Amino acid sequence: MAGVEQALRETARELLREGKVGTIIGYVRGSTPFRSTPAFIENEEEADRLVFDVTCGSNLARYVRNHGRDGRVAIVAKGCDGRAVVQYLSEGQLKRDDVLIVGVPCTGVLDHGKVSRLVRNRNVTGFREENGKLVFEGDGFEVTADREDVLADSCLRCRYPNPPVHDVFLDEPAEAAPDGLHWQELEKFEQMAAQERWAFFEKEFARCIRCYACRNACPMCYCEECFVDQSDPQWIGKGIDPSDTMLFHLVRALHTAGRCVECGACERACPLGIRLDLLNSKLEREVHDRFGYTPGTDPDETPAMATYDEEDKQEFML
Amino acid sequence: MKDWQPKILAFLCNWCSYAGADLAGVSRIQYPPNIRVVRIPCSGRVNPIFVLKSLQNGFDGVLVSGCHPGDCHYISGNYVARRKFAVLKSLLEFVGVEPGRVQFSWVSAGEGEKFAEVVTKVTEDIRKLGPATRLVKNAVSAGAEA
Repeated sequence: MAGVEQALRETARELLREGKVGTIIGYVRGSTPFRSTPAFIENEEEADRLVFDVTCGSNLARYVRNHGRDGRVAIVAKGCDGRAVVQYLSEGQLKRDDVLIVGVPCTGVLDHGKVSRLVRNRNVTGFREENGKLVFEGDGFEVTADREDVLADSCLRCRYPNPPVHDVFLDEPAEAAPDGLHWQELEKFEQMAAQERWAFFEKEFARCIRCYACRNACPMCYCEECFVDQSDPQWIGKGIDPSDTMLFHLVRALHTAGRCVECGACERACPLGIRLDLLNSKLEREVHDRFGYTPGTDPDETPAMATYDEEDKQEFML
Repeated sequence: MKDWQPKILAFLCNWCSYAGADLAGVSRIQYPPNIRVVRIPCSGRVNPIFVLKSLQNGFDGVLVSGCHPGDCHYISGNYVARRKFAVLKSLLEFVGVEPGRVQFSWVSAGEGEKFAEVVTKVTEDIRKLGPATRLVKNAVSAGAEA
C-alpha cells in the first residue's frame, strides 16, 4: 500500500503544479488511530498529507458535485467512489471535463463496528498493518486480526474494486471478490418465508433512530431537499411509529434503485449497525435482471429508472 | 370482524382507466363497491410513496390502473410507470407484504367489462388476505376499524 501512497502524493503534486486541477479530494490521517478523514488539498506542500489505506472508508464522490464550480477537481477514487462519479455523469450532475479521476486499487475498508467488537469496546490507541494482518493496540492489549474479520461486508463481496472510468490509475488493479459471492447474502435471505422476512425487517428497523446518517453518507442522496424533510406535504411522520421508519427505508431504497453503487457507506455510517444492504441489494438485482442495467459502470448509458423499453416484462400487470 | 369489508384505494388514469370505470358504470356492469377512486392525470403520476402511504393510512389494498402500453396520452408515462411498479412490487414482496395487496392493471376507456373484472379480482384477492397489518400506522388503523 505504501507504493500507492507515494504514487498518489507524486501525482497530486504534479496535478497541482501543472495547474490541471485546483483541488484534490482525498483522504488524510484522522484524529484517531484507525480513521482517516476527507480533505481538500489545494497546494503542493499539502500533498504529502494524502494517505490511502484500509481506513479510507467514506465515499468521496459526495464532495465532487459541490466543488466542481471552483475549477476542475481531482478525486482519489476507489472502485465505489469511481462508480458514484460515473453515475453522476450519467445523471447529468457533472460534466466529464469537470472532474479528474485518480483511480486507486482498493482491497477493502474497515467496518468500525466489527473493530469495536473485536477489541471488546476498549480504547484503541495504535493501529498498523503488518504482514497482511491488521494490528490494533491499546492500554494493555494488542489484537491481531485477519483482514476478512474486520473489513466491511460490502467490501468482502465487492465486484468493482477499481474505478471503471479513470484518468490516472495508480498501481496494479485490485482483484474483485469471487463471482457468486456478491448475491449470496441476498439469496440466503430470499429463501426465507415472507413472514420471517417481515419479522426480520420489523425488528431491524425498530432499532433505527432516524438520524439519517445513511442518507447523509450516501453519494446518491443528493436531493436539495429530501422527502423526509418536507413539511408540506409531510410524507413521513416525525413520531416514533414503526411504520414511518419502515416507510423511510423503503422509499430511500426506491429512490436509490438502479443508482446504488454498493459502496456500503450507509451501513458504515449507521450507528445502530442496521442491515441496510438487503433492500438495496434486492433492487439492484431486480433492476439488473429486468432492465440489464448496472449503475456506475458506463457514463453514456441512461439510468434504468429514467428510461423505458417498450418490451419491458410486465407479467405482474392485470 | 365478520362484517369486515376490504377497503381499496384505486388510482385511475384520467384518459383510460377512469373512463373505463365510467363505462362500466353507464353500462350498469356490477362490481364490488370496495374501491375508492382517485383520478390521476397518468399512471406515471403515481409516486410509489402514494401506494405506501395508502397502506400506512389504513387501506387494505391498492390498485393502480393506466392506459395500455402504446396508448398513453403523454406517449410514455405508462412505460416509465411500469418500471417503477416492477421495482415497487418486488420491494414490497421482499420485505414481506403479501403479493396481492398492491396490484397494477391496464384498462382502456373501452374496457368497462375488463374494469369490472379487475376490481372483482382485486377485491376477492384482498378479501382472502384479510385486513392489512403490515406497514399500517397504529393510531390510524385503530381509528379506521370503527
